[in-house]
Amino acid sequence: MTTTLAPATRGRDRAATARRTVSTSETVSQTMTMAWRSLKNMRRQPEQFFDVVLQPLIFTAMFAYIFGGAVSGSVEDYLPLMIPGIVAQTVLTTCMVTGTKLREDMEKGVFDRFKSLPMARIAPLAGPMVADLSRYTIASVLTFATGILMGYRPGGGFTGVTAAILLSIFTGWALAWIFTWIGTIARSAQAVQGISMLILFPLTFLSNAFVPVDTLPSWLAAFVRVNPVSHLVTAARDLANHGTVSSAVFWTLLAGVIVIAIFAPLSVSSYKRRHV
Amino acid sequence: MTITALDRPGGPSPAGTDLAVMADGLVKTFGEQRAVDGVDLAVRPGEIFGVLGPNGAGKTTMLRMLATLLKIDGGHAEIFGVDVAREPHVIRQLVGVTGQYASVDEILTARENLWLFGRLQGIASKRARRIAEDLLAQFGLQDAADKPIAHFSGGMRRRLDLAASLITRPPLIFLDEPTTGLDPRTRGQMWETIRGLVADGCTVLLTTQYLDEADQLADRIAVIDHGRKVAEGTPDELKTAVGDSTLQLLLSDPDSVPAAAAVVRRILGSDPVLSPELGRLNVALEQADLAADVLIALRDSGVSIASMNVAKPSLDEVFLALTGHGTEEEENR
Repeated sequence: MTTTLAPATRGRDRAATARRTVSTSETVSQTMTMAWRSLKNMRRQPEQFFDVVLQPLIFTAMFAYIFGGAVSGSVEDYLPLMIPGIVAQTVLTTCMVTGTKLREDMEKGVFDRFKSLPMARIAPLAGPMVADLSRYTIASVLTFATGILMGYRPGGGFTGVTAAILLSIFTGWALAWIFTWIGTIARSAQAVQGISMLILFPLTFLSNAFVPVDTLPSWLAAFVRVNPVSHLVTAARDLANHGTVSSAVFWTLLAGVIVIAIFAPLSVSSYKRRHV
Repeated sequence: MTITALDRPGGPSPAGTDLAVMADGLVKTFGEQRAVDGVDLAVRPGEIFGVLGPNGAGKTTMLRMLATLLKIDGGHAEIFGVDVAREPHVIRQLVGVTGQYASVDEILTARENLWLFGRLQGIASKRARRIAEDLLAQFGLQDAADKPIAHFSGGMRRRLDLAASLITRPPLIFLDEPTTGLDPRTRGQMWETIRGLVADGCTVLLTTQYLDEADQLADRIAVIDHGRKVAEGTPDELKTAVGDSTLQLLLSDPDSVPAAAAVVRRILGSDPVLSPELGRLNVALEQADLAADVLIALRDSGVSIASMNVAKPSLDEVFLALTGHGTEEEENR
């Protein structure tokens, strides 16, 4: 035997032993490797964390002092209503960044290599989203922390608040698939941002995030009641303020699963079709 | 020698299924435009096959189709007997692709890049680290291993890019214009590296717009123009079609171009390439010595020369000889 195989033999042998499909464990490992890449990127450009650090601080203080008196009579009374709303809003804004960043990233030459490698097509999309879990965590923890500093005393205690945070992170991750999909179909990062804003504003403001639903006209209340963001806000309020697991938790989880089931395959197929 | 020598090119042409790359009537359309218009290719295992053509000829598009990066719109392609369109996942395990623009990650260091691409191809972390180390040494990148790619020179990027294509030692390597934009020294190093790949038992398919590069490296060359193959053969065969060298004349008086062309035609019996507005005239020479005959004849007929030069034929001349027209750039000039 020689160490250098004849080129023809080498090619045929490799073709014969090649894997035909990507296994689930390979997919998970590749996704985690891509997540590692995104985390490295975040660590080297910490300014990427500005939004998730500053938004909770500024929005919490701003909304509490502006709407507190009008909606609930006082800032302290408004906080239990508002904090879960701000968490939902912040997590959704964070999702939007996921799509924009992906679009920017996909324009880089390295994505050509990702495509030329025998790897799961979902890994380059899911990897950054796994890394973004850190951003959702920072955003929701900071929002609760700011609220507590301002006098918010969640009745659900540590467990209730933790559960509310976990639910928000899951929902954020699930909804991020919508924005990832937009990232794979839009022509530019700016387009992603534009389209995302159009989705984001109605979803967050036409919900019960900042005002009680019974103050709304009936046609609007009807939309607000079915809006998944409202379910997240209600579920997070029940968990954080009362420590109770209400049916809203179930609806939120279901909505998340449905969104993933629709938008993850859509994202992968449009990523595959896209030829940069 | 090892058995590598057995199926080096020059031997009898292997049967169809033994080809490294077999393309039959490849077509790619972008809207109305047929970027690749029915190209056949047969790359034998162990050879360096060059695809030569000007910018926009469809070289990169063809390579991207074969690398599963673009959908094949028409025709059929196999790599080591595996259908490219039907089994892209297998093809991706057989081919290492080095693109025209370095496809490495700007935000990571060289070492991290190689580790990342190793991990993504299922290599265990420790082994991926060792392979990265070996490749960094092989490509002379140890000193820069922990610097971000953003600080790399063009040559270093290309080297890293090629290293990244070799992690799993794929049997076939695609190189898209591997030396475009590199300085001559770096270019020579890259050529050495490419020859080394073949010595290790790889098959190489490369595209280039430089005749000398194809000449230096390739065992066989296909010339592509407007998405079609216009010629194929060994570098020697192509050069015979073009002539050994080129006589370039700059005339003192641009108006004397037709007169000079007539003289050239009489002496050499072939048509020169004219740039009347510049007073320039290029013609292929079968032997460099014939230049003297042309110069004497020009003096006898009273055509004055500002400068003259005998050079290796350029891609323009190859194109003129093979297609009857120059490259787009030449035509637009």
